[in-house]
Amino acid sequence: MKKHTISILVENHFGAFDRVATMFSGKGFNIRSISIGETEIEEISRMTVVTEGDDKIIDQIVKQLNRLIDTIKVVDLTGSPHIERELALIKVSVPKGSMEEIKNINDIFRGNIVDITGRSMTLEITGPPDKIDAAINLLSAFGIKEIARSGIVALKRGEQIKIKKEKNLTT
Amino acid sequence: MKNDPNYMSGAEIFFECLRRENVEYIFGYPGGAVLKIYEHLYDVDFLKHILVRHEQGAVHAAEGYAKASGKVGVVLVTSGPGATNTVTGIADAYMDSVPIVVFTGQVSSHLIGNDAFQEADIVGITRPITKHNFLVRDVKELASTIKKAFYIASTGRPGPVVVDLPKDVIASKCIFKYPEEVDVRGYKPTYKGNSNQIKKAAEIISKAKRPLLYVGGGVIMSGSSEELKIFARENKLPVTMTLQGLGAFPGTDPLSLGMLGMHGTYWANRAVDNCDVLVSLGARFDDRVTGKVETFCNKAYKIHVDIDPTAIDKNVIVDLPIVGDVKHVLAELAAEMINPPDTTEWLEQIEEWKNECPLDYEKNDGRLRSEFVIEKIFEKTKGDAVVVTDVGQHQMWTAQYYKYNHPRSNITSGGLGTMGFGLPASIGASFAVKDRPVVCISGDGGFQMNIQELITAVYNKLPLKIFILNNSFLGMVRQWQELFHQEKYSFTDLGNSNPDFVKVSQAFGIESYSTDNPNEVESLLDKAMSINDRPILIEFRVVKEDMVFPMIPSGASISDMMVKRLNPKRMI
Ligand SMILES: Cc1ncc(C[n+]2csc(CCOP(=O)(O)OP(=O)(O)O)c2C)c(N)n1
Repeated sequence: MKKHTISILVENHFGAFDRVATMFSGKGFNIRSISIGETEIEEISRMTVVTEGDDKIIDQIVKQLNRLIDTIKVVDLTGSPHIERELALIKVSVPKGSMEEIKNINDIFRGNIVDITGRSMTLEITGPPDKIDAAINLLSAFGIKEIARSGIVALKRGEQIKIKKEKNLTT
Repeated sequence: MKNDPNYMSGAEIFFECLRRENVEYIFGYPGGAVLKIYEHLYDVDFLKHILVRHEQGAVHAAEGYAKASGKVGVVLVTSGPGATNTVTGIADAYMDSVPIVVFTGQVSSHLIGNDAFQEADIVGITRPITKHNFLVRDVKELASTIKKAFYIASTGRPGPVVVDLPKDVIASKCIFKYPEEVDVRGYKPTYKGNSNQIKKAAEIISKAKRPLLYVGGGVIMSGSSEELKIFARENKLPVTMTLQGLGAFPGTDPLSLGMLGMHGTYWANRAVDNCDVLVSLGARFDDRVTGKVETFCNKAYKIHVDIDPTAIDKNVIVDLPIVGDVKHVLAELAAEMINPPDTTEWLEQIEEWKNECPLDYEKNDGRLRSEFVIEKIFEKTKGDAVVVTDVGQHQMWTAQYYKYNHPRSNITSGGLGTMGFGLPASIGASFAVKDRPVVCISGDGGFQMNIQELITAVYNKLPLKIFILNNSFLGMVRQWQELFHQEKYSFTDLGNSNPDFVKVSQAFGIESYSTDNPNEVESLLDKAMSINDRPILIEFRVVKEDMVFPMIPSGASISDMMVKRLNPKRMI
């Protein structure tokens, strides 16, 4: 089963996020990660969903997403050039004498140390998901206390996708 | 602003919008959250409000109206329990793509989320069973929302739309302006099919030796029955129909093979199994049609025309998909057909199958059977009636034995299989159809699920002909128990627990009769057909243990088709 990253532009309407999530759960499709945020257009949000399935399932997912009234554009980014990033906050234990080692790892991953106490440190690491996995892997030797991952955000490389402005029909 | 004649309350705007959508009927039930609307309704004369006796009945009535008329069915209910009572009907409309708009009352905006009296999150509840739904948050958005609701419900692949109306929105005022047009940028149905694909389809059909048209409800919804008739007849193509497709092509036409699938005819299913080109028009390869997907029609080249892209390759992978409105695609396809295929041999083969295993039932033991009653109803109405059924064996027998001549005549709950659909849906259909008889055929079980709507038929003096095929069993479940569950007739025998249907009807004020004598059927049907100003109910007490055949068990292949009861001793 292949992993796919799907980018969805949705109207900023009440419940639009829920419609997408409900479609996935109602049809039994998997969500590996999901993120949502504002875009350059005020009334549009972008959702990025990482899902998995064979070609038939992915085809259905894309069609079912398109079928929702609040989705404006659905693109399966997998297979075309695109950028994927994720942010992770990793709270790691600092056993005596290992502060330097953890700092080194943080530097290698170009992370930021965003919080520090006597016994723990919180690192902020950004990058493609496999980079974050690698960082977590290395840090687990010290004991990981908590992790928060943002889920993937992604953009297609090159040209932007054009969005039509909706006629304002409210009274 | 206040002096502007267009300065109106939400309730007034609501009716102005319905007027512009040419709404003739609302099926509804009042309550606290919609009192303001009902206050205005009191003085509205351009539409008629039909008071049902349960909100589920309102939705099914709206569905029946929509299916019979082709227009949008409209429902109005209150918040909380009024809204949740519509859920089954909405799910039914979603599965069968019926265009309805359901207006639900809602508690005032500031109370939403407070567990206020009669609050229910109906927008959340109905999200997976609506084509779309709206919570109106500001009276200024009301008119455009209603416009969008009707547009979304009735275009593309039709479906139910819910509009939730908070009490304060209905009461507050703004200047009313109805939008001339709608623009929903995330919703652009494809009507015109891809011309290259259509050309290719025409070539393939022309060269076919054993082509078959497999026709669904989409042909009826898109109003392409005429086009289909011409296309099939000119090219001598046999036609099989899904449950929802019945009526799309005349059932009495020699090219009609009747229904396919689980309880389809032997010859239709053999044709599906042996065709070399299958052309699906507005059908969705549902599991009641395909059985085991791997063995379904696996020798044929498959062409699939559907307006909904999600229907394509969902259940069965096809060779040539065409996304578009059947009406447009059929017109183009017909124009592209240069040489009709030679189907003489193929049609002869199908005829052989027809003779090999015709639809049949026991006629000589003097006992009354559902199949016989339905055959007689067909004869009396000459296939011209609007026939509404409930769900169960009687529904399948109607599909097999009633040969619909016209589209929008077969009204039945297919996708959801909702018992209790029949009576209210036939009431809705009666408002839409005045020039042909409307018949409701129900089982004794399902009839009790919305029996309260009898009074709606009486009060509105609908000339509805209600026929109960009473086999004293939840017959279809009984059939499965006999065939697949070791004859454990667990809670399906209603023999000792059915009400006296004649007395019940009389209590509602309906003239009613009951018989178990085959010789009385004709005269009773004549009586029913002669009444035109009020409903009539006839209970036919039929054989208890009859089963619907042929049957392809769920998930099985055509080779597993059962054509008759293997152990006739099971009949008492
Ligand atoms: C609301 C609902 N509940 C349960 C079922 C399951 N079910 C399908 S057919 C059937 C039996 C229907 O019995 P009856 O109405 O007497 O019709 P018959 O099959 O005897 O013609 C039942 C219980 C259903 N389809 N709908």
